[in-house]
Amino acid sequence: MIAKKTSAWFKSGTPWIWLNAGAIAIALVAVFGLLLLILFRGMSHFWPANVEAFYFENDQNNITIIAEVVESETVPVTTLHNIENIHGNKDGNVTRYLVKTGNRDILGSDFRWIYDIELNKREKPENVMVLERIEWGNFYGYLDSVYENDPNGKRQLVASGEQAWPEFRKRLQRSNDIREQILKLEKGEIGAINYTLERLRLKEKRLRMDGELTDKAAEEIATERKQLKQQYEALLKQTQTLYQKINRDSITATVMDGSTVTIPLEKIIKAWQPNNMSVPGKLNFYVHSLWSFITEDPREANTEGGIFPAIFGTVMMVILMSILVTPFGVIAAVYLREYAKQGALIRIIRIAVNNLAGVPSIVYGVFGLGFFVYFLGGNIDALFFPEALPGPTFGTPGLLWSSLTLALLTLPVVIVATEEGLSRIPKALREGSLALGATKIETLWHVVLPMASPAIMTGLILAVARAAGEVAPLMLVGVVKLAPSLPLDGNFPFMHLDRKFMHLGFHIYDVGFQSPNVEAARPLVYATSFLLVVVIVALNLTAISLRNRLREKYRALDN
Amino acid sequence: MTESVATQIDPSLLAASDETETNEVCMDVKNLNLFYGDSQALNDISFQMRKNRVTAFIGPSGCGKSTLLRCFNRMNDLVDSVRVEGEIMLDGKNIYAPDIDVTSLRQRVGMVFQKPNPFPMSIFENVAYGLRLQGINKRRLLEEKVEWALKGSALWDEVKDRLDESALGISGGQQQRLVIARAIAIEPEILLLDEPASALDPISTLKIEELIYDLKSRYTILIVTHNMQQAARVSDETAFMYMGEMIEFGKTNQIFTNPAKKQTEDYITGRYG
Repeated sequence: MIAKKTSAWFKSGTPWIWLNAGAIAIALVAVFGLLLLILFRGMSHFWPANVEAFYFENDQNNITIIAEVVESETVPVTTLHNIENIHGNKDGNVTRYLVKTGNRDILGSDFRWIYDIELNKREKPENVMVLERIEWGNFYGYLDSVYENDPNGKRQLVASGEQAWPEFRKRLQRSNDIREQILKLEKGEIGAINYTLERLRLKEKRLRMDGELTDKAAEEIATERKQLKQQYEALLKQTQTLYQKINRDSITATVMDGSTVTIPLEKIIKAWQPNNMSVPGKLNFYVHSLWSFITEDPREANTEGGIFPAIFGTVMMVILMSILVTPFGVIAAVYLREYAKQGALIRIIRIAVNNLAGVPSIVYGVFGLGFFVYFLGGNIDALFFPEALPGPTFGTPGLLWSSLTLALLTLPVVIVATEEGLSRIPKALREGSLALGATKIETLWHVVLPMASPAIMTGLILAVARAAGEVAPLMLVGVVKLAPSLPLDGNFPFMHLDRKFMHLGFHIYDVGFQSPNVEAARPLVYATSFLLVVVIVALNLTAISLRNRLREKYRALDN
Repeated sequence: MTESVATQIDPSLLAASDETETNEVCMDVKNLNLFYGDSQALNDISFQMRKNRVTAFIGPSGCGKSTLLRCFNRMNDLVDSVRVEGEIMLDGKNIYAPDIDVTSLRQRVGMVFQKPNPFPMSIFENVAYGLRLQGINKRRLLEEKVEWALKGSALWDEVKDRLDESALGISGGQQQRLVIARAIAIEPEILLLDEPASALDPISTLKIEELIYDLKSRYTILIVTHNMQQAARVSDETAFMYMGEMIEFGKTNQIFTNPAKKQTEDYITGRYG
C-alpha cells in the first residue's frame, strides 16, 4: 500500500519539483547569506563604536585599557594555559574580547585580547576621544589642552578643560583645509609641472637622437625649462608657507596609562568622542566615514584611508575592455555566421572559441605579459618612444595591456552571444533589405546588426561580469598595490593607457593577505569586497538597462 | 484602425481595361529550369509577360510559384544549393548573365513578401531605406519621395502625422502597404508580390487589391496567390502551375471561365489542391 503510494508520488513528478525548489532555495540562501555577511562585516567598520575602559589587575599591578570591543568569543578554559595558572579554574568556559586599543606608537600593536574573568570593572568614560591619524593608526585617550605656536616658535596654551574640545574641533577644521590645499598644490599643479618637465626632457633627448637639436631649439627648450622651474619655485614657496601654517597647532592628551602625549594637528585627520555622540550624530559620522572610504586615497600600506583609485581603476579597465572586446567579438561572429562557408573548419574554429572560455585566466595573464607587454609594448617603445629608453613606456604592464588581456579572455562569450543573436534575425528582414537592392554588407550594417544589438549587449554583460572580478591575469599585466597617479588626469593627453593602476580585486588580496596589520585590515577586506560586488552590479545594471532599451527598440516581429 | 471597407472590384472592369494597354513584352522567360541540389523545382518554363499587366501565379502548395517569382529578382541566389538554367530576358538582357549587377537588378525588380517585414525603424526611415541605399540623403528630396511613395500605396493619410514613430506599431495591413511603399519608393519597373495578402484580414486584403489595381498603370506586377478569387479579381493574365511545371498560361478571363487543360479546370473548380 505504502509502496504503491510512494511510487505514485514519484510518478507525479512532485519530488523533482521539490528537488528543484530546494536547489534554488539553497542557491539563494547562499548568495544572499554571503552578501549579507560581507555587507555587515564591511559596513559596520565605519560605525563609531563606543569606547570602553577596562580595569583589571595583572601581577599585582592595576591596569586600565581604553579600547573598542571588536569581537567576543567563548572558549573552554582548558585551551588557555596562562588563565588556568592565574586563577586555578580548570573547568568551564571563559569569555574573551578582542579589543582595539589603537595607540600603536605607544603600545606596539593595536589589538589585544582581554579575558572576562580578569576584569575588575568595565565602564564607558564620557569624554574619551578617538583620533584618526595620518600615521600610526587610531589614537585613544583624553584631550587635555590645545596649544598654538607663536611666530617665535614658542608654544602657547590656547584652551584647556571644558573649552579644549570645541577649540580643538575648530582648529582641526582649519588644519584639514590647509592639508587639502597642500594636496591640491602638490598633486595638481606641481604634478603638472613635473609632468611637463619630463616631457620636455624627452623632447630634447628625441631631438638630439634625430640630430635635429639646433641651437635655436635648444635655447627654446632651455627658456621653457627655466620658466617651469620658476613656476615650480613659486609653488614650492606657497606650499612651504602652508606647511608652516599647518604646523601651528598641537594638542596634549592623556593616554590610558596616565602618561601625556603631544600630537600636532597636522597629523590628525578626524577626531570624535563616540561615547558622547547621539544616534543621529553617529549616523552622520558613519555616512562621512563611508564617503571618505569611497573617495579617498589609501594610506599606511593600504590598511587605512580610502579605495578610490581601486574603484576608478576597476571601472576604467572594464570600460576600456568593453570598448575593445565588442568590435573584435562582433566582427568575428559576423564572419563565422554570415560569410564563412559552414564546414568542418568552421566547426573546429567554433569548438576552439568555446574552449578558450575554459582556459584558466592566469594563462591569459602569461600570454598578455609575453605577447602584449614584452613583444607589442617593446616594439612600440622601440618605434615611437626611443627617447625614453631604457625606461619603458608601453613595454611594461599597464592599463592598455590589462584591458586587452581581459578583452581576449572575454572574447568567446561575446562571439557566442553575437552568433546566437545573428541566427535569430528573421530571414524575412534580411530578404526585405536585399530585395531593395541592398548589398549583403549594407543589410548587415543597417538591419541585421541593429537587431542583433541586444544579443551583443547580452554578451557584453557576461563579459563585464567576468572581467570585473578577474584578478589573476591582471597581476601580471598592469595592476599594482599602489599607483601614484590615476590613468585619467588633467595632463595632456589626459588618458594615460601606459600607466599602472589599482584594482578592487587585487586590493582585496593585498589588504587581506599581504598586510602587516591583519586585524586592522580585516574589516577593510569585507568593505572592499562589498564595494567590488557593488561596482560589478552597477556595471551590469548599466549594461542591462541599455540592452532592455535596445530590445524594446528592435522588438522582433512576433506576430 | 482607420481602414475603411472598399467596394469589391468587378472582374469585368479589369478585362475592359486590357484593350487600352500595350502589348510590349516586359520579361521573356525561356526554358527556365531550377534545381535545389539534385531535385528539380522548376521544369522547363517558358512564357512572356507584358508591360503594365498583372500576372497571377496560382497552383497548389509546393508547385514552385514562389520559387519562380524569386527567379525574377534572383532572390534564389541566397540559397546555397540552387542552380538555375535557362534565360529570363529583361529589356533584351538575360538577368542570369554573369555581368549582371544583382543589386541594380533588384532595384528594377521590387518585391513584397508574404508576411509584412517592416524594418525596426521609423515609418519614414523604412520608406527612405532604399533611397538612402542609392545615395539620396537630402532631407527635402527624401521627404518628397517618401510622401509620394506613401500616397502611391494609399497609406499617406493614415500615417502622415506619425512618420517618426516605429513601423512596428502600425497594423498588419498598414505594415504591408508600408512595405509596398518601400518597394515603390525606389521606382522599380516590376513588382513581385508573394502572397501579399495571405497574412491579412479581409478588409486589409481588399485595400491591397485596390492598390494593386492602381499600381498597374505604372508597374508590371507579378503576384503569387493561393486565393483564386483574388487572382480572378486583380490579374490580367494567369499562370497555373503544378509540380514545377507551368500547365497553362493565358488571359485571366479565359483561364477562369474556359481553361484549356483538364488539370487547370480541376484545380479551379476545387477538385484538388
